[in-house]
Amino acid sequence: MDQKHLEEGILQLIRKAETEIPPDVIIALKQAHSVETGAAKIQLEAMLTNVEMAKKKRCPMCQDTGILTFFVNVGTNFRETGLLKQAIEKAVIRATLEIPLRPNTVDPMTSTNHGDNLGSYLPHILWDFEPGDTVHIMTLPKGSGSENMSALGMLSPSAGLEGVKKFVVDTVKKAGGRPCPPIVVGVGIGGSADLAMNLGKRALTRPVGTHHAEKSIAHLEGELLEIINKTGIGPMGLGGKITALDVHVEVAHRHPASLPVGVVIQCWADRRASMVVHNDGSWEVR
Amino acid sequence: MEYHTSFPLSSEMLKKLQVNDVLYITGKIFTARDCAHMKMRTMKPTDLPFDPSVMGLYHCGPLMKKEDGRWIAVSAGPTTSSRMEEFEDILLDRFGFHLIIGKGGMGQRTSRALKKTGSVYAAFPGGAGVLAAEKIISVSEVYWLEELGMPEAVWILEVKEFGPLVVAMDSTGRSLYNHV
Repeated sequence: MDQKHLEEGILQLIRKAETEIPPDVIIALKQAHSVETGAAKIQLEAMLTNVEMAKKKRCPMCQDTGILTFFVNVGTNFRETGLLKQAIEKAVIRATLEIPLRPNTVDPMTSTNHGDNLGSYLPHILWDFEPGDTVHIMTLPKGSGSENMSALGMLSPSAGLEGVKKFVVDTVKKAGGRPCPPIVVGVGIGGSADLAMNLGKRALTRPVGTHHAEKSIAHLEGELLEIINKTGIGPMGLGGKITALDVHVEVAHRHPASLPVGVVIQCWADRRASMVVHNDGSWEVR
Repeated sequence: MEYHTSFPLSSEMLKKLQVNDVLYITGKIFTARDCAHMKMRTMKPTDLPFDPSVMGLYHCGPLMKKEDGRWIAVSAGPTTSSRMEEFEDILLDRFGFHLIIGKGGMGQRTSRALKKTGSVYAAFPGGAGVLAAEKIISVSEVYWLEELGMPEAVWILEVKEFGPLVVAMDSTGRSLYNHV
């Protein structure tokens, strides 16, 4: 397999994620635009114009090109697993120069900016395996405006689902206009502290408008969306009907004495793109 | 009301601007985020290599590229203003700028300082980086780039019809962010 060819594919994956918003998000934004008025409508109008301009000019839609997270599902029969990490890192360096991306990796000890979007543990790669001989890669660039609003609640199990709902809604209220609403809310329930946060982020990989396969979880998603949209925070916090485009919940089993809740908020520019890499080195960005 | 105006903003104009008004501004703005705010907090107006009093402050960490020796804004939407809450009253008082452009709103301290100095906070739609970059006609200057890096440096931007800006905190102390 030619590593350069693979790098080129991952570069295109990053470019697509940074410059084109997925169709499910556009539909949701248009829907929000149709129901809002005044300052809220002006925000959505500008967002939709910006989406079109970014695609046409092939420029990152937001100056905060984020920290890049890659969800990589490797087929157990894929032959060149060893190439993947390096190809991703090289593609990130190229993307920073060629798209370009804003240099966003800062050494926490010295505050120096690495300039290439690489750094200790970054880009963040979450590995998993799946049957087959292909690799599925999704990238989720996420800016700090929304990421800074994330929250972990280590609830007492006696708080129950009502406690979970309250924690999610309180987190959204506290965030207000800061994470660039209308937001998408990812919620992870159960597991451990780190797993709940991880599931919250993973929940954001699901398209807007889709529900969890499990009925009771889908019901919870719908309930949360309704409560959040009653807060009146609205687009960019200027007041309005649509504060969230969707809420996605993922669950893990929990310790009898723990009820972790991870809330990860995504901005309206819910950027993500996917690709598949085949065993012969060919790829498609979708 | 919708206004199309340029710097310098007269005190009459600033008084006229009320929450929910829409504003398009022409002239010079300077970007400053956390690091530039921390730096400016320790400085006097005469220490600065630029004059904030003739410009607007833009909470922004732009994505820039250099082409043929000139800086060009690629994507330049606003950053979250609340991070600057602990500095802004001091800066408003000391440096004499009267328009803050950002997103997500600011708190009580800034609101009081806006009232005291007769200034206004206006919101540019967050994430609309390409739309903002379109309204930047040139990059006049950059300061502290080496030291602070691209997002944190102070960029002096010449803008034309920069907006839509929604007046979200006005000089009478009203704020659109108090509804939650």
